[in-house]
Amino acid sequence: MLVSILEPALGLIIWQLVIFGVLFFLLAKFAWKPIMGALQEREQSIEDALSLAAKTRQEMTDLKAGNEKLIAEARAERDRLLKEAKEAGDAMIAQAKADAQKAGAEEIEKARAAFNQERANAVASLKKETAALSLEIAEKVLRNQLSDRSAQENLVSNLLADAKLN
Amino acid sequence: MKKVYFSNIFAFLFLISSTLFAQEHSADSTANHEATEATAAPAHAEGEAHGEEAEAFNPGKMMMEHIADEHEWHFATAGHTHYSVPLPCIVWNKGGLKVFSSSRFKDEHHENNATYEGLKLEEGKIVAEDGSFVLDLSITKNVASLLISVALLLGIFFTIAKSYKERSGKAPKGIQSLFEPIIVFIRDEVAKQNIGEKHYRRFTPYLLTVFFFIWFNNMLGLLPGSANVTGNIAITLVLAVIAFFVTNLNGRSTYWGHIFAMPGVPKWLLVLLTPVEIIGVFMKPISLMIRLFANITAGHLILLSLIALIFIFKSLGVAAIAVPFSVFMNLIELLVAFLQAFIFTVLTSTYIGAAVEEHHH
Repeated sequence: MLVSILEPALGLIIWQLVIFGVLFFLLAKFAWKPIMGALQEREQSIEDALSLAAKTRQEMTDLKAGNEKLIAEARAERDRLLKEAKEAGDAMIAQAKADAQKAGAEEIEKARAAFNQERANAVASLKKETAALSLEIAEKVLRNQLSDRSAQENLVSNLLADAKLN
Repeated sequence: MKKVYFSNIFAFLFLISSTLFAQEHSADSTANHEATEATAAPAHAEGEAHGEEAEAFNPGKMMMEHIADEHEWHFATAGHTHYSVPLPCIVWNKGGLKVFSSSRFKDEHHENNATYEGLKLEEGKIVAEDGSFVLDLSITKNVASLLISVALLLGIFFTIAKSYKERSGKAPKGIQSLFEPIIVFIRDEVAKQNIGEKHYRRFTPYLLTVFFFIWFNNMLGLLPGSANVTGNIAITLVLAVIAFFVTNLNGRSTYWGHIFAMPGVPKWLLVLLTPVEIIGVFMKPISLMIRLFANITAGHLILLSLIALIFIFKSLGVAAIAVPFSVFMNLIELLVAFLQAFIFTVLTSTYIGAAVEEHHH
Protein backbone atom coordinates (compact mmCIF):
# COMPACT_ATOMS: atom_id res chain seq x y z
CA MET A 1 0.00 0.00 0.00
CA LEU A 2 2.78 2.42 0.88
CA VAL A 3 4.47 1.47 -2.33
CA SER A 4 1.30 2.26 -4.19
CA ILE A 5 1.36 5.73 -2.69
CA LEU A 6 4.98 6.43 -3.53
CA GLU A 7 4.76 4.75 -6.90
CA PRO A 8 3.22 6.96 -9.56
CA ALA A 9 0.52 5.13 -11.49
CA LEU A 10 1.15 5.22 -15.23
CA GLY A 11 -2.53 5.65 -16.03
CA LEU A 12 -2.86 8.64 -13.74
CA ILE A 13 0.31 10.20 -15.19
CA ILE A 14 -1.16 9.93 -18.68
CA TRP A 15 -4.51 11.34 -17.55
CA GLN A 16 -2.85 14.19 -15.67
CA LEU A 17 -0.67 15.06 -18.68
CA VAL A 18 -3.68 15.11 -21.00
CA ILE A 19 -5.99 16.89 -18.55
CA PHE A 20 -3.44 19.49 -17.49
CA GLY A 21 -2.42 20.05 -21.10
CA VAL A 22 -6.00 20.59 -22.19
CA LEU A 23 -6.70 22.76 -19.15
CA PHE A 24 -3.65 24.90 -19.89
CA PHE A 25 -4.55 25.24 -23.55
CA LEU A 26 -8.18 26.19 -22.82
CA LEU A 27 -7.39 28.56 -19.97
CA ALA A 28 -4.51 30.22 -21.82
CA LYS A 29 -6.57 30.73 -24.95
CA PHE A 30 -10.00 31.54 -23.56
CA ALA A 31 -9.33 32.86 -20.06
CA TRP A 32 -5.83 34.21 -19.43
CA LYS A 33 -5.50 35.92 -22.80
CA PRO A 34 -8.68 38.03 -22.53
CA ILE A 35 -8.21 38.56 -18.79
CA MET A 36 -4.60 39.71 -19.16
CA GLY A 37 -5.56 41.85 -22.12
CA ALA A 38 -8.45 43.46 -20.26
CA LEU A 39 -6.35 44.02 -17.14
CA GLN A 40 -3.60 45.65 -19.16
CA GLU A 41 -6.12 47.73 -21.07
CA ARG A 42 -7.75 48.90 -17.86
CA GLU A 43 -4.40 49.69 -16.25
CA GLN A 44 -3.40 51.57 -19.38
CA SER A 45 -6.64 53.56 -19.41
CA ILE A 46 -6.29 54.36 -15.70
CA GLU A 47 -2.73 55.49 -16.29
CA ASP A 48 -3.83 57.58 -19.27
CA ALA A 49 -6.65 59.13 -17.26
CA LEU A 50 -4.27 59.98 -14.44
CA SER A 51 -1.73 61.56 -16.74
CA LEU A 52 -4.50 63.43 -18.54
CA ALA A 53 -5.76 64.77 -15.20
CA ALA A 54 -2.25 65.88 -14.30
CA LYS A 55 -1.88 67.51 -17.71
CA THR A 56 -5.23 69.29 -17.36
CA ARG A 57 -4.29 70.49 -13.91
CA GLN A 58 -1.03 71.86 -15.30
CA GLU A 59 -2.95 73.56 -18.09
CA MET A 60 -5.37 75.10 -15.59
CA THR A 61 -2.46 76.45 -13.59
CA ASP A 62 -0.89 77.79 -16.75
CA LEU A 63 -4.19 79.37 -17.78
CA LYS A 64 -4.57 81.00 -14.36
CA ALA A 65 -1.05 82.34 -14.56
CA GLY A 66 -1.81 83.59 -18.08
CA ASN A 67 -4.94 85.36 -16.87
CA GLU A 68 -3.07 87.03 -14.09
CA LYS A 69 -0.41 88.11 -16.52
CA LEU A 70 -3.07 89.56 -18.84
CA ILE A 71 -4.69 91.44 -15.97
CA ALA A 72 -1.33 92.79 -14.86
CA GLU A 73 -0.57 93.83 -18.41
CA ALA A 74 -3.93 95.58 -18.74
CA ARG A 75 -3.36 97.35 -15.47
CA ALA A 76 0.07 98.48 -16.55
CA GLU A 77 -1.36 99.67 -19.88
CA ARG A 78 -4.03 101.64 -18.09
CA ASP A 79 -1.46 103.22 -15.79
CA ARG A 80 0.70 104.07 -18.75
CA LEU A 81 -2.21 105.66 -20.64
CA LEU A 82 -3.22 107.67 -17.61
CA LYS A 83 0.32 108.82 -17.11
CA GLU A 84 0.66 109.78 -20.76
CA ALA A 85 -2.62 111.68 -20.69
CA LYS A 86 -1.54 113.53 -17.59
CA GLU A 87 1.79 114.33 -19.13
CA ALA A 88 0.12 115.56 -22.31
CA GLY A 89 -2.27 117.71 -20.28
CA ASP A 90 0.55 119.16 -18.24
CA ALA A 91 2.52 119.86 -21.37
CA MET A 92 -0.47 121.58 -22.99
CA ILE A 93 -1.07 123.74 -19.93
CA ALA A 94 2.61 124.62 -19.75
CA GLN A 95 2.59 125.44 -23.45
CA ALA A 96 -0.50 127.59 -23.11
CA LYS A 97 1.00 129.38 -20.13
CA ALA A 98 4.23 129.98 -21.99
CA ASP A 99 2.33 131.25 -25.03
CA ALA A 100 0.23 133.58 -22.91
CA GLN A 101 3.27 134.88 -21.13
CA LYS A 102 5.03 135.46 -24.41
CA ALA A 103 2.01 137.25 -25.89
CA GLY A 104 1.65 139.36 -22.72
CA ALA A 105 5.30 140.29 -22.77
CA GLU A 106 5.04 141.26 -26.43
CA GLU A 107 2.02 143.43 -25.72
CA ILE A 108 3.77 145.09 -22.83
CA GLU A 109 6.82 145.64 -24.97
CA LYS A 110 4.72 147.14 -27.73
CA ALA A 111 2.89 149.37 -25.24
CA ARG A 112 6.17 150.47 -23.74
CA ALA A 113 7.58 151.29 -27.16
CA ALA A 114 4.45 153.27 -28.07
CA PHE A 115 4.54 155.02 -24.70
CA ASN A 116 8.21 155.95 -25.15
CA GLN A 117 7.46 157.22 -28.60
CA GLU A 118 4.58 159.28 -27.31
CA ARG A 119 6.67 160.65 -24.49
CA ALA A 120 9.50 161.52 -26.84
CA ASN A 121 7.01 163.28 -29.08
CA ALA A 122 5.49 165.06 -26.09
CA VAL A 123 8.88 166.09 -24.76
CA ALA A 124 9.93 167.34 -28.18
CA SER A 125 6.77 169.38 -28.63
CA LEU A 126 7.03 170.60 -25.04
CA LYS A 127 10.60 171.65 -25.71
CA LYS A 128 9.47 173.54 -28.82
CA GLU A 129 6.61 175.18 -26.93
CA THR A 130 8.89 176.08 -24.05
CA ALA A 131 11.49 177.57 -26.36
CA ALA A 132 8.90 179.66 -28.17
CA LEU A 133 7.30 180.71 -24.89
CA SER A 134 10.72 181.57 -23.44
CA LEU A 135 11.59 183.62 -26.47
CA GLU A 136 8.26 185.40 -26.22
CA ILE A 137 8.74 186.08 -22.51
CA ALA A 138 12.30 187.12 -23.02
CA GLU A 139 11.28 189.45 -25.83
CA LYS A 140 8.59 190.98 -23.65
CA VAL A 141 10.92 191.31 -20.65
CA LEU A 142 13.62 192.74 -22.79
CA ARG A 143 11.32 195.18 -24.40
CA ASN A 144 10.05 196.23 -21.01
CA GLN A 145 13.46 196.51 -19.27
CA LEU A 146 15.43 198.04 -22.09
CA SER A 147 13.23 201.00 -22.35
CA ASP A 148 15.73 203.03 -20.32
CA ARG A 149 19.47 203.37 -20.80
CA SER A 150 20.72 202.59 -17.38
CA ALA A 151 18.82 199.38 -17.19
CA GLN A 152 20.37 198.33 -20.40
CA GLU A 153 23.79 199.01 -19.16
CA ASN A 154 23.08 197.26 -15.91
CA LEU A 155 21.98 194.23 -17.71
CA VAL A 156 24.95 194.10 -19.90
CA SER A 157 27.25 194.43 -16.95
CA ASN A 158 25.42 191.70 -15.13
CA LEU A 159 25.68 189.52 -18.13
CA LEU A 160 29.30 190.25 -18.36
CA ALA A 161 29.78 189.49 -14.65
CA ASP A 162 28.07 186.22 -15.09
CA ALA A 163 30.10 185.46 -18.09
CA LYS A 164 33.27 186.06 -16.11
CA LEU A 165 32.19 183.95 -13.31
CA ASN A 166 31.56 181.17 -15.69
CA MET B 1 0.72 -7.18 1.12
CA LYS B 2 -1.44 -5.77 3.84
CA LYS B 3 0.92 -6.40 6.70
CA VAL B 4 3.86 -4.74 5.04
CA TYR B 5 2.38 -1.27 4.82
CA PHE B 6 1.63 -0.59 8.41
CA SER B 7 5.11 -0.43 9.83
CA ASN B 8 6.04 1.57 6.78
CA ILE B 9 3.39 4.18 7.46
CA PHE B 10 5.16 5.31 10.54
CA ALA B 11 8.48 5.54 8.85
CA PHE B 12 6.72 7.50 6.15
CA LEU B 13 4.94 9.73 8.61
CA PHE B 14 8.21 10.40 10.31
CA LEU B 15 9.62 11.42 6.99
CA ILE B 16 6.94 13.86 5.97
CA SER B 17 5.28 15.26 9.03
CA SER B 18 6.61 16.87 12.16
CA THR B 19 8.66 14.86 14.57
CA LEU B 20 6.12 15.70 17.21
CA PHE B 21 3.47 13.86 15.32
CA ALA B 22 5.69 10.88 14.79
CA GLN B 23 6.63 10.69 18.44
CA GLU B 24 3.06 10.95 19.55
CA HIS B 25 2.18 7.85 17.62
CA SER B 26 5.28 5.73 17.73
CA ALA B 27 4.30 4.58 21.20
CA ASP B 28 1.24 2.68 20.07
CA SER B 29 2.59 1.76 16.66
CA THR B 30 4.05 -1.55 17.74
CA ALA B 31 0.94 -2.52 19.61
CA ASN B 32 -1.28 -1.73 16.67
CA HIS B 33 1.07 -3.39 14.28
CA GLU B 34 0.81 -6.69 16.06
CA ALA B 35 -2.92 -6.39 16.42
CA THR B 36 -3.29 -5.73 12.71
CA GLU B 37 -1.21 -8.71 11.75
CA ALA B 38 -3.27 -10.90 13.98
CA THR B 39 -6.57 -9.90 12.44
CA ALA B 40 -5.68 -8.97 8.89
CA ALA B 41 -3.62 -12.03 8.01
CA PRO B 42 -6.26 -14.72 8.53
CA ALA B 43 -8.92 -12.48 7.09
CA HIS B 44 -7.04 -12.19 3.87
CA ALA B 45 -5.97 -15.78 3.75
CA GLU B 46 -9.41 -17.24 4.16
CA GLY B 47 -11.14 -14.68 2.02
CA GLU B 48 -13.86 -14.06 4.57
CA ALA B 49 -12.86 -10.62 5.74
CA HIS B 50 -16.44 -9.83 6.50
CA GLY B 51 -17.08 -10.69 10.10
CA GLU B 52 -13.67 -10.03 11.51
CA GLU B 53 -12.87 -6.80 9.65
CA ALA B 54 -16.03 -5.21 10.90
CA GLU B 55 -14.91 -6.03 14.41
CA ALA B 56 -11.37 -4.67 14.31
CA PHE B 57 -10.80 -1.07 13.23
CA ASN B 58 -7.65 -0.79 11.20
CA PRO B 59 -6.49 2.86 11.23
CA GLY B 60 -3.60 2.27 8.84
CA LYS B 61 -5.84 0.69 6.25
CA MET B 62 -8.42 3.43 6.66
CA MET B 63 -5.83 6.16 6.24
CA MET B 64 -4.19 4.57 3.24
CA GLU B 65 -7.54 4.02 1.58
CA HIS B 66 -8.29 7.69 1.98
CA ILE B 67 -5.00 8.78 0.59
CA ALA B 68 -4.58 6.27 -2.22
CA ASP B 69 -6.33 6.35 -5.56
CA GLU B 70 -9.16 3.86 -6.14
CA HIS B 71 -11.38 2.58 -8.89
CA GLU B 72 -14.63 3.53 -7.19
CA TRP B 73 -15.56 6.67 -5.34
CA HIS B 74 -16.09 5.52 -1.83
CA PHE B 75 -17.91 7.94 0.46
CA ALA B 76 -18.78 6.00 3.57
CA THR B 77 -19.27 2.60 5.07
CA ALA B 78 -22.09 2.05 7.51
CA GLY B 79 -22.08 -1.42 8.98
CA HIS B 80 -21.69 -3.73 6.02
CA THR B 81 -22.98 -1.28 3.44
CA HIS B 82 -20.49 0.64 1.33
CA TYR B 83 -21.74 3.90 -0.07
CA SER B 84 -19.69 4.23 -3.18
CA VAL B 85 -20.03 5.20 -6.82
CA PRO B 86 -18.47 2.76 -9.29
CA LEU B 87 -16.21 4.45 -11.84
CA PRO B 88 -15.42 3.33 -15.39
CA CYS B 89 -12.41 1.11 -15.87
CA ILE B 90 -10.50 1.50 -19.11
CA VAL B 91 -7.85 -1.17 -19.48
CA TRP B 92 -5.44 -2.04 -22.26
CA ASN B 93 -4.48 -5.70 -21.90
CA LYS B 94 -3.28 -8.30 -24.37
CA GLY B 95 -3.76 -5.99 -27.35
CA GLY B 96 -7.35 -5.15 -26.54
CA LEU B 97 -9.12 -2.26 -24.89
CA LYS B 98 -11.61 -3.21 -22.21
CA VAL B 99 -14.08 -0.71 -20.82
CA PHE B 100 -16.27 -1.75 -17.92
CA SER B 101 -17.63 -0.58 -14.60
CA SER B 102 -15.50 -1.03 -11.51
CA SER B 103 -18.52 -2.69 -9.89
CA ARG B 104 -17.50 -5.81 -11.87
CA PHE B 105 -14.83 -6.41 -9.28
CA LYS B 106 -17.39 -6.71 -6.48
CA ASP B 107 -18.01 -10.15 -5.14
CA GLU B 108 -21.16 -11.32 -3.41
CA HIS B 109 -20.03 -9.60 -0.19
CA HIS B 110 -19.52 -6.28 -1.99
CA GLU B 111 -15.79 -6.54 -1.55
CA ASN B 112 -13.40 -5.99 -4.44
CA ASN B 113 -12.32 -9.60 -4.72
CA ALA B 114 -14.02 -10.69 -7.94
CA THR B 115 -12.20 -11.21 -11.22
CA TYR B 116 -13.48 -9.89 -14.51
CA GLU B 117 -12.19 -11.02 -17.90
CA GLY B 118 -8.97 -12.24 -16.38
CA LEU B 119 -8.43 -8.98 -14.44
CA LYS B 120 -8.57 -8.46 -10.72
CA LEU B 121 -7.97 -5.71 -8.21
CA GLU B 122 -4.89 -6.12 -6.10
CA GLU B 123 -4.26 -3.38 -3.54
CA GLY B 124 -6.29 -0.96 -5.60
CA LYS B 125 -4.46 -1.83 -8.81
CA ILE B 126 -5.86 -3.70 -11.77
CA VAL B 127 -3.63 -6.66 -12.55
CA ALA B 128 -4.00 -9.54 -14.96
CA GLU B 129 -4.41 -12.97 -13.42
CA ASP B 130 -1.82 -14.38 -15.79
CA GLY B 131 0.62 -11.56 -14.95
CA SER B 132 0.56 -9.94 -18.41
CA PHE B 133 1.06 -6.21 -18.81
CA VAL B 134 -1.93 -4.03 -17.96
CA LEU B 135 -2.17 -0.38 -18.94
CA ASP B 136 -4.79 1.00 -16.61
CA LEU B 137 -6.33 4.14 -18.08
CA SER B 138 -9.38 3.95 -15.82
CA ILE B 139 -11.26 6.99 -14.70
CA THR B 140 -10.15 6.49 -11.13
CA LYS B 141 -11.25 8.60 -8.20
CA ASN B 142 -8.34 10.97 -8.84
CA VAL B 143 -9.05 11.26 -12.55
CA ALA B 144 -12.71 11.93 -11.81
CA SER B 145 -11.74 14.55 -9.26
CA LEU B 146 -9.31 16.06 -11.77
CA LEU B 147 -12.11 16.32 -14.30
CA ILE B 148 -14.34 17.97 -11.70
CA SER B 149 -11.62 20.46 -10.84
CA VAL B 150 -11.04 21.18 -14.53
CA ALA B 151 -14.76 21.76 -15.04
CA LEU B 152 -14.73 24.09 -12.04
CA LEU B 153 -11.64 25.96 -13.23
CA LEU B 154 -12.93 26.33 -16.77
CA GLY B 155 -16.37 27.37 -15.54
CA ILE B 156 -15.02 29.99 -13.16
CA PHE B 157 -12.34 31.46 -15.38
CA PHE B 158 -14.43 31.45 -18.54
CA THR B 159 -17.09 33.35 -16.57
CA ILE B 160 -14.46 35.79 -15.39
CA ALA B 161 -13.05 36.20 -18.90
CA LYS B 162 -16.56 36.87 -20.15
CA SER B 163 -17.17 39.56 -17.57
CA TYR B 164 -13.85 41.16 -18.53
CA LYS B 165 -15.05 41.31 -22.11
CA GLU B 166 -18.51 42.59 -21.19
CA ARG B 167 -17.35 45.08 -18.60
CA SER B 168 -14.25 46.14 -20.47
CA GLY B 169 -12.55 49.09 -18.82
CA LYS B 170 -14.90 49.03 -15.83
CA ALA B 171 -14.22 48.07 -12.23
CA PRO B 172 -14.40 44.31 -11.49
CA LYS B 173 -17.60 42.90 -10.06
CA GLY B 174 -18.64 39.72 -8.25
CA ILE B 175 -16.47 36.66 -8.85
CA GLN B 176 -14.30 38.79 -11.09
CA SER B 177 -13.27 40.98 -8.17
CA LEU B 178 -12.65 37.89 -6.03
CA PHE B 179 -10.06 36.47 -8.40
CA GLU B 180 -8.63 39.64 -9.91
CA PRO B 181 -6.35 40.44 -6.94
CA ILE B 182 -5.00 36.88 -7.03
CA ILE B 183 -4.43 36.98 -10.78
CA VAL B 184 -2.76 40.39 -10.51
CA PHE B 185 -0.72 39.16 -7.56
CA ILE B 186 0.56 36.12 -9.49
CA ARG B 187 1.30 38.31 -12.48
CA ASP B 188 3.04 41.16 -10.64
CA GLU B 189 4.53 39.66 -7.51
CA VAL B 190 5.36 36.20 -8.81
CA ALA B 191 5.88 36.32 -12.57
CA LYS B 192 7.17 39.88 -13.02
CA GLN B 193 9.17 39.78 -9.80
CA ASN B 194 10.98 36.52 -10.46
CA ILE B 195 11.15 36.30 -14.25
CA GLY B 196 11.68 39.95 -15.04
CA GLU B 197 9.99 42.64 -17.06
CA LYS B 198 11.17 41.27 -20.39
CA HIS B 199 9.98 37.66 -20.33
CA TYR B 200 7.26 37.40 -17.69
CA ARG B 201 4.38 37.80 -20.14
CA ARG B 202 5.21 34.52 -21.86
CA PHE B 203 5.08 32.51 -18.65
CA THR B 204 2.20 34.16 -16.81
CA PRO B 205 -0.51 31.90 -18.34
CA TYR B 206 1.46 28.79 -17.35
CA LEU B 207 2.07 30.05 -13.81
CA LEU B 208 -1.58 31.07 -13.40
CA THR B 209 -2.73 27.66 -14.59
CA VAL B 210 -0.34 25.85 -12.25
CA PHE B 211 -1.33 28.01 -9.30
CA PHE B 212 -5.08 27.68 -9.71
CA PHE B 213 -4.85 24.00 -10.65
CA ILE B 214 -2.95 23.18 -7.47
CA TRP B 215 -4.98 25.49 -5.26
CA PHE B 216 -8.34 24.22 -6.49
CA ASN B 217 -7.30 20.60 -6.19
CA ASN B 218 -5.84 21.19 -2.73
CA MET B 219 -9.12 22.74 -1.66
CA LEU B 220 -11.21 20.00 -3.24
CA GLY B 221 -9.04 17.46 -1.45
CA LEU B 222 -10.10 18.94 1.88
CA LEU B 223 -13.76 18.17 1.28
CA PRO B 224 -14.96 15.07 3.13
CA GLY B 225 -15.02 12.03 0.88
CA SER B 226 -13.01 13.73 -1.82
CA ALA B 227 -9.99 12.48 -3.69
CA ASN B 228 -6.43 13.26 -2.66
CA VAL B 229 -5.33 14.60 -6.04
CA THR B 230 -2.42 16.88 -5.23
CA GLY B 231 -1.28 14.40 -2.60
CA ASN B 232 -0.79 11.85 -5.34
CA ILE B 233 2.75 11.48 -6.58
CA ALA B 234 1.71 10.90 -10.19
CA ILE B 235 0.01 14.29 -10.29
CA THR B 236 2.92 16.15 -8.70
CA LEU B 237 5.33 14.18 -10.88
CA VAL B 238 3.64 15.46 -14.03
CA LEU B 239 3.55 19.02 -12.70
CA ALA B 240 7.25 18.80 -11.85
CA VAL B 241 8.16 17.32 -15.24
CA ILE B 242 6.27 20.13 -16.97
CA ALA B 243 8.10 22.67 -14.79
CA PHE B 244 11.39 20.93 -15.69
CA PHE B 245 10.74 21.24 -19.41
CA VAL B 246 9.41 24.79 -19.22
CA THR B 247 12.54 25.80 -17.30
CA ASN B 248 15.19 24.00 -19.32
CA LEU B 249 13.74 24.49 -22.78
CA ASN B 250 13.88 28.23 -22.08
CA GLY B 251 17.41 28.12 -20.68
CA ARG B 252 19.67 30.85 -22.06
CA SER B 253 23.42 30.76 -22.47
CA THR B 254 23.88 32.40 -19.07
CA TYR B 255 21.85 29.61 -17.44
CA TRP B 256 23.80 26.79 -19.08
CA GLY B 257 27.01 28.70 -18.49
CA HIS B 258 26.29 28.75 -14.78
CA ILE B 259 25.67 25.02 -14.82
CA PHE B 260 28.58 23.75 -16.90
CA ALA B 261 31.18 26.46 -16.33
CA MET B 262 30.32 28.63 -13.36
CA PRO B 263 31.98 31.95 -14.09
CA GLY B 264 34.58 33.16 -11.61
CA VAL B 265 35.30 29.67 -10.28
CA PRO B 266 38.75 28.04 -10.63
CA LYS B 267 38.91 25.31 -13.30
CA TRP B 268 39.77 22.49 -10.90
CA LEU B 269 36.73 23.32 -8.76
CA LEU B 270 34.44 22.94 -11.74
CA VAL B 271 35.12 19.19 -11.64
CA LEU B 272 33.25 19.24 -8.35
CA LEU B 273 30.80 22.01 -9.03
CA THR B 274 29.49 21.01 -12.44
CA PRO B 275 28.14 17.60 -11.31
CA VAL B 276 26.47 19.34 -8.37
CA GLU B 277 24.89 21.87 -10.69
CA ILE B 278 23.72 19.13 -13.06
CA ILE B 279 22.17 17.25 -10.14
CA GLY B 280 20.59 20.56 -9.12
CA VAL B 281 18.84 20.83 -12.48
CA PHE B 282 17.01 17.60 -11.68
CA MET B 283 16.70 18.17 -7.96
CA LYS B 284 14.69 21.34 -8.44
CA PRO B 285 11.68 19.66 -10.08
CA ILE B 286 12.07 16.63 -7.83
CA SER B 287 11.84 18.91 -4.79
CA LEU B 288 8.74 20.50 -6.31
CA MET B 289 7.22 17.05 -6.78
CA ILE B 290 7.98 15.81 -3.28
CA ARG B 291 7.14 19.06 -1.50
CA LEU B 292 3.61 19.27 -2.82
CA PHE B 293 2.94 15.54 -2.52
CA ALA B 294 4.34 15.31 1.01
CA ASN B 295 2.69 18.45 2.35
CA ILE B 296 -0.75 17.54 1.14
CA THR B 297 -0.44 13.89 2.10
CA ALA B 298 0.91 14.80 5.52
CA GLY B 299 -2.01 17.15 6.11
CA HIS B 300 -4.46 14.41 5.20
CA LEU B 301 -2.65 11.88 7.37
CA ILE B 302 -2.69 14.16 10.40
CA LEU B 303 -6.39 14.79 9.99
CA LEU B 304 -7.10 11.11 9.46
CA SER B 305 -4.95 10.18 12.45
CA LEU B 306 -6.84 12.56 14.69
CA ILE B 307 -10.10 11.03 13.57
CA ALA B 308 -8.69 7.51 13.83
CA LEU B 309 -7.80 8.19 17.47
CA ILE B 310 -11.49 8.36 18.26
CA PHE B 311 -12.10 4.93 16.77
CA ILE B 312 -9.00 3.41 18.32
CA PHE B 313 -9.86 4.50 21.84
CA LYS B 314 -13.64 4.43 21.36
CA SER B 315 -13.86 7.15 23.98
CA LEU B 316 -15.84 10.35 24.12
CA GLY B 317 -12.99 12.06 25.94
CA VAL B 318 -10.62 11.43 23.08
CA ALA B 319 -13.23 12.71 20.67
CA ALA B 320 -13.58 15.89 22.70
CA ILE B 321 -9.89 16.51 22.12
CA ALA B 322 -9.58 15.09 18.62
CA VAL B 323 -12.49 17.02 17.12
CA PRO B 324 -11.27 20.53 18.03
CA PHE B 325 -7.82 19.47 16.87
CA SER B 326 -9.24 18.27 13.54
CA VAL B 327 -11.08 21.54 13.12
CA PHE B 328 -7.87 23.40 13.86
CA MET B 329 -5.96 21.18 11.42
CA ASN B 330 -8.60 21.75 8.78
CA LEU B 331 -8.14 25.49 9.12
CA ILE B 332 -4.40 25.06 8.85
CA GLU B 333 -4.94 22.88 5.81
CA LEU B 334 -6.93 25.67 4.17
CA LEU B 335 -3.87 27.86 4.59
CA VAL B 336 -1.56 25.07 3.43
CA ALA B 337 -3.73 24.55 0.35
CA PHE B 338 -3.08 28.12 -0.70
CA LEU B 339 0.49 28.18 0.53
CA GLN B 340 1.61 25.06 -1.32
CA ALA B 341 0.05 26.27 -4.56
CA PHE B 342 1.79 29.59 -4.03
CA ILE B 343 5.15 28.00 -3.17
CA PHE B 344 5.02 25.72 -6.20
CA THR B 345 4.27 28.71 -8.43
CA VAL B 346 6.90 30.97 -6.87
CA LEU B 347 9.63 28.33 -7.07
CA THR B 348 8.73 27.46 -10.65
CA SER B 349 8.88 31.14 -11.53
CA THR B 350 12.29 31.55 -9.88
CA TYR B 351 13.60 28.54 -11.83
CA ILE B 352 12.25 30.06 -15.03
CA GLY B 353 13.67 33.42 -14.00
CA ALA B 354 17.14 31.88 -13.59
CA ALA B 355 16.81 30.14 -16.94
CA VAL B 356 15.84 33.21 -18.98
CA GLU B 357 18.15 35.60 -17.16
CA GLU B 358 20.31 37.66 -19.49
CA HIS B 359 24.06 37.89 -19.21
CA HIS B 360 24.96 40.71 -16.84
CA HIS B 361 28.50 40.44 -15.59
